[in-house]
Amino acid sequence: MNKDEVLKLAKLARIDMQDAEAEKLSTEFEAILGYVADVKAASASNDASASQERPELRNIMREDAEPHETGIFTDKILAEAPASKDGYVVVKKIL
Amino acid sequence: MIDLTTLTIRSAREALKRGEFTSVELTQACLDAIKERDGEIHAFLEVFDDALLQAQMADKQIKAGKDLPLLGIPLVLKDNMLVNGHVASAGSKILENYRATYDSTAVRKLQEECGAVILGRANCDEFAMGSSGENSAYGPTKNPLDTSRVPGGSSSGSAASVAANFVLGSFGSDTGGSIRQPAAFTGLVGMKPTYGRVSRSGLIAMASSLDQIGPFTKTVADAEILYNAVKGTDPLDSTTISDATYPKDKEFKKAIGIPRAFVDSEGVEPDVKQNFEAAVEKFKALGYEIKDIELPHMPYSLAVYYILMPAEVSSNLARFDGVKYGLHADGANGIDDYFKTRAQGFGAEVRRRIILGTYVLSSGYHDAYYGSAVAAKRLITREMREAFKDVDLILTPTTPTPAFKFGEKTADPLSMYLADIFTVPANITGAPSMSVPSGTVEREGKQLPLGILLTADLGREDNLFTAGKEFLGEK
Repeated sequence: MNKDEVLKLAKLARIDMQDAEAEKLSTEFEAILGYVADVKAASASNDASASQERPELRNIMREDAEPHETGIFTDKILAEAPASKDGYVVVKKIL
Repeated sequence: MIDLTTLTIRSAREALKRGEFTSVELTQACLDAIKERDGEIHAFLEVFDDALLQAQMADKQIKAGKDLPLLGIPLVLKDNMLVNGHVASAGSKILENYRATYDSTAVRKLQEECGAVILGRANCDEFAMGSSGENSAYGPTKNPLDTSRVPGGSSSGSAASVAANFVLGSFGSDTGGSIRQPAAFTGLVGMKPTYGRVSRSGLIAMASSLDQIGPFTKTVADAEILYNAVKGTDPLDSTTISDATYPKDKEFKKAIGIPRAFVDSEGVEPDVKQNFEAAVEKFKALGYEIKDIELPHMPYSLAVYYILMPAEVSSNLARFDGVKYGLHADGANGIDDYFKTRAQGFGAEVRRRIILGTYVLSSGYHDAYYGSAVAAKRLITREMREAFKDVDLILTPTTPTPAFKFGEKTADPLSMYLADIFTVPANITGAPSMSVPSGTVEREGKQLPLGILLTADLGREDNLFTAGKEFLGEK
């Protein structure tokens, strides 16, 4: 992986990144990706393809009912927002 | 005079019940110890100013004859567990001024159902990402047993606060070893429950399919007390499971399996191996049957981890946008705000993992990395559960080395990641796992603690406690 690829990923991840950091990361990723590439071998072995059993996840359902009273948490939550106005979070104009 | 070095949670509870000292006196003893030495150790990010008030309330209840499992016991929490009204920064600048708007379920249980006094929040690697505590945005925590060395991570402050005898117990979170590895480095018991046994509601997410809250204590009996305090199903976390989810019908036969090839991994230092063999002999002397077992895919766990974990990190941390809460850095327009906020708010390791996660999930690479990792995870889990038909526990060292020096591994992320080689399989498989102190090795004239790692089948924490107590000679 080269510096430009790292910069592209940083853009996808919405993180400003300097060239120097991207350069450093590209070297580190070579080592990390080299190490993790082992899983391809592990999962390619015949056992893996046979292991199609479902993971141990269970659906937890509840009735869509009993909402809390509107607005009771608004002030507390908005107090954590960097900017708010009239009960709304403030963002910059998009269009 | 309260001696925090000899007290345990269990003995302190007895003393409180008998009226030998009050919760206020015990809490004050903790505060005094913190004041005296935490300047050097830096285990705490904040000591809550209402700690003594909580202790007073506990004393009132004790006086009224109330008996709760942790009534009046001061505890400290990793800085990623929300306490309503208090800052929870996850060791990050992006949440430096964030105040929790609700209690995490674990905290609610500790305070309301068990009567614990929450003393403050403990330092940790940023967003629980690290194996040394060096990634905290608020400076590293030192190992109380040798301050030139790391306490392990990511629950660095939770470990150090107990090892320095500031408190009798603490909570951390374990995604790849972040409780068990620092427990080994500081001579404590550290435990990761079965995935889903402790609610993650109000735990700041790192990798949601792996994260689990668990205790640090001086004894196995104390770890059991803290585990029982926080476990249980929770409507606010749909991944929580009950005592009955996994059957406990298999009788405990004192059979321990050792994955020899895995234990002999490269990088395990010779005296760590000797220490491990001594622990094996000790189990034999205690009447345990030791079997060599084959777990050919278990060594792939760390590789699987470094795909699944960053993938989940990149998704989970997308929520930090400088709009809803946390740091906001102003840019030229809306999207530029995101770029600037996230560049300023996240530290180097967090950025590294977000980018890595973005890569393994990106089009063209998703199948090769994420898809393979999920398949390998299933394979490792199936293989491990198969092994538990024959043995009750799997035993390995907790870490390949004792606590390392500050800066020793920061230049090479992969070498840092390898510190978790033995702890990660329990997260990948969801199994409960506990590090128990196993003696010391000498480095530069200092005795440094080591741990052995016991791992049990899903839902079988009981086997961990039984074997752990026998190993440490606890009654």
